[in-house]
Amino acid sequence: MTTSTTIRRPVAAARRLLRSPLVDLLFGPHGIDRYLELIRPDLTLHDARAEVTSVHRQTDRSVTLKLRPNAAWAGFRAGQCVSVGVEIDGVRRTRTYSPAGSEHGSDVALELTVTVHPQGLVSRHLQDSLRPGAMLHLGAAQGTFTLPHPRPERLVLISGGSGVTPVLSMLRTLCDEGHDGQIVFLHYARTAADWLYEPEVQALAACHPNLRLGYRATRERGNRSGRRGPHLTAAAIRALTGDPQGAHAAVCGPPSLVQSVRAIWARTDGGADRVLAETFTPPMVTVPGCRAEGRLRFLRSNRSVAVGTGTLLEQAESAGLAPQFGCRMGICHTCTCRKAAGAVRNVLTGQVSEAPDEDIQLCVSVPAGDVALEI
Amino acid sequence: MPTRHPDLTPHQTEALARELDELRGRTVAELGERDAEYIRRVIKTQRGLEVAGRGMLFVGFLPPAWLGGVAALSLSKILDNMEIGHNVMHGQYDWMKDPSLDSRRFEWDMACPADQWRYSHNYVHHTHTNVVGMDRDLGYGILRMSEDQPWRVRDLGNPIYATLMALLFQWGVAAHDLEVERIEAGEIKLSDKREILQAIWRKGRRQVLKDYVAFPVLAGPGAPFVLTGNLSANALRNVWSFMIIFCGHFPDGTHEFSEAEVEQETRGGWYVRQMLGSANLTGGRWFHILSGNLSHQIEHHLFPDLPAHRYGEIAVEVREICERYGLPYNAGSLRKQFGSVVKKICRLALPWSTGEQRADAPDADSEAGGPAEPELTLAA
Repeated sequence: MTTSTTIRRPVAAARRLLRSPLVDLLFGPHGIDRYLELIRPDLTLHDARAEVTSVHRQTDRSVTLKLRPNAAWAGFRAGQCVSVGVEIDGVRRTRTYSPAGSEHGSDVALELTVTVHPQGLVSRHLQDSLRPGAMLHLGAAQGTFTLPHPRPERLVLISGGSGVTPVLSMLRTLCDEGHDGQIVFLHYARTAADWLYEPEVQALAACHPNLRLGYRATRERGNRSGRRGPHLTAAAIRALTGDPQGAHAAVCGPPSLVQSVRAIWARTDGGADRVLAETFTPPMVTVPGCRAEGRLRFLRSNRSVAVGTGTLLEQAESAGLAPQFGCRMGICHTCTCRKAAGAVRNVLTGQVSEAPDEDIQLCVSVPAGDVALEI
Repeated sequence: MPTRHPDLTPHQTEALARELDELRGRTVAELGERDAEYIRRVIKTQRGLEVAGRGMLFVGFLPPAWLGGVAALSLSKILDNMEIGHNVMHGQYDWMKDPSLDSRRFEWDMACPADQWRYSHNYVHHTHTNVVGMDRDLGYGILRMSEDQPWRVRDLGNPIYATLMALLFQWGVAAHDLEVERIEAGEIKLSDKREILQAIWRKGRRQVLKDYVAFPVLAGPGAPFVLTGNLSANALRNVWSFMIIFCGHFPDGTHEFSEAEVEQETRGGWYVRQMLGSANLTGGRWFHILSGNLSHQIEHHLFPDLPAHRYGEIAVEVREICERYGLPYNAGSLRKQFGSVVKKICRLALPWSTGEQRADAPDADSEAGGPAEPELTLAA
């Protein structure tokens, strides 16, 4: 202990000095981080980064990473998500994941569990190519899917598939807090082989008598109903927690699971206010009277039009917007803007941008379906 | 009279555009790890040179350390402004999605605010390249660089202005967006440029404070060595970047265009104008890196947002395409190209240097002196 504090004090003093306006002037215009990162990538003072300390597979379709964030990492609250950037073939790919650990956990560990999709560029890279020692970029923790204060007396934590991570984070946080209210932990996955964190949750239940748990397989062979296994029902909730009346629910999973929980809680008094929900496949925005596909949404101007002909720049202009532009031929990058969602094709290169939150050039891009732009 | 161009039919112009688009597409598809590693290696070298240069200047009372410090710091500033800053701000590395290499956020170690540069260079200059009256880089509103710009008495000072501009180039670039020629002509007032001036002040002040106050003061008794070292490094960077940039569009054999010629210009026409209006410099690997690969000015103007370290490879194909279409490919050594620029600056200072006088301006510098009879129709 004494050694760590005697080391930490000068380190903290050095950090304060490096954050001073004088240092900012001397290392301008790039900033001190652009120099420190060349000594060691995670020495940055402003950019949150983390070193991968372990990579392992709990199940065939997932990968679990343990990370050591640097001093710029400001922590998170249980249930929140974090954008994680990883460089693949020179390109930084950013995805959002929810940490699975306790928010009171030691600041040296951040735990992520990611479902691996067969066509998933990032998830497959994390599973196949990422090694301990690699460096990841972290964004600030975000999201309102967090535990209420004061902590609920009765809480049902429900998750589907990889939606387990934020609710597990809530469970671990409550256990760390010595919370003595009733907690139910209910997890759904396709098969028992896909159950995530079962041994860990069993171990928690062994020393926390107020915790009850249920792991369910929805597509297990032997189910009489064939494909449809034991999905969430009011009876299942009742069996574990008694009357949902008065209990809080926190659910993270596919939209169907969230809808089931909402439906069950809606039947209780004031139940709708006691459901915290997060879904990781966002529902499609449908505008009445129009096809669900082929809408252009301009988020900052709060305007939406049906996809027409021409480039995104031309379509934005005919919708009455005045985005910045220069050459109108793809060379000057004045019209580059953030695409929040949807797919667009660059007519010069034929490249398609599909991932959310990518920068695109309006003057040489055409929409390929629904598109949401930050203009 | 605009300079004469080789003849291409509209059909040929479009075929040329398709070939160049295809070359561009092939390069974009290849971008990846190699390009990311390259730019990061250059950045690491630049930051290393910067720290080493400033360190050496702190012990600048030793003459070898002072000289070494000036050399390292000038190289750092040259790399920062040219191979890194200019190219990153063109969006050449936007595909990496690294915020520190994002064209819209990047700032460079020189007086000109990046935002102003992005407008005046990426848009105005690269879109309207060499169009007299539209491309403000044709003399930067100060120098007479084309026969098509009417001669005025003040143009007698052309060589003097050019010398001052070379020594103070970073401030010249910073003042570019003030459009002094329009203020001089009474079209606009200085107060119309208030926001531009404020941005220059904010950026320039920090640059001055850093190089001429903060670092010298930190050196204590070594302050004079640090101050003179920083001054020299900035001046060397200024002169070098002036030379490279003036070799981009002003050597003998480059063409200028009239506004009428580019009305309703096609993409192919734009490509042809970029090739005719730009000139390359020949040299070794380090010469190209230190010129920010602007030595491959033709390739840069065809594909301004492709990573510049690829221009050398692309040049082989561009040259071959030029030969096939009978287009000139203007390339020469720094000595030859800059020599012709200096001559032009001096010649255009004189009132009798009119377009007619140099109607036979030799295309001798161009490697492929294709047929040059009828005028090229750019607007196909």
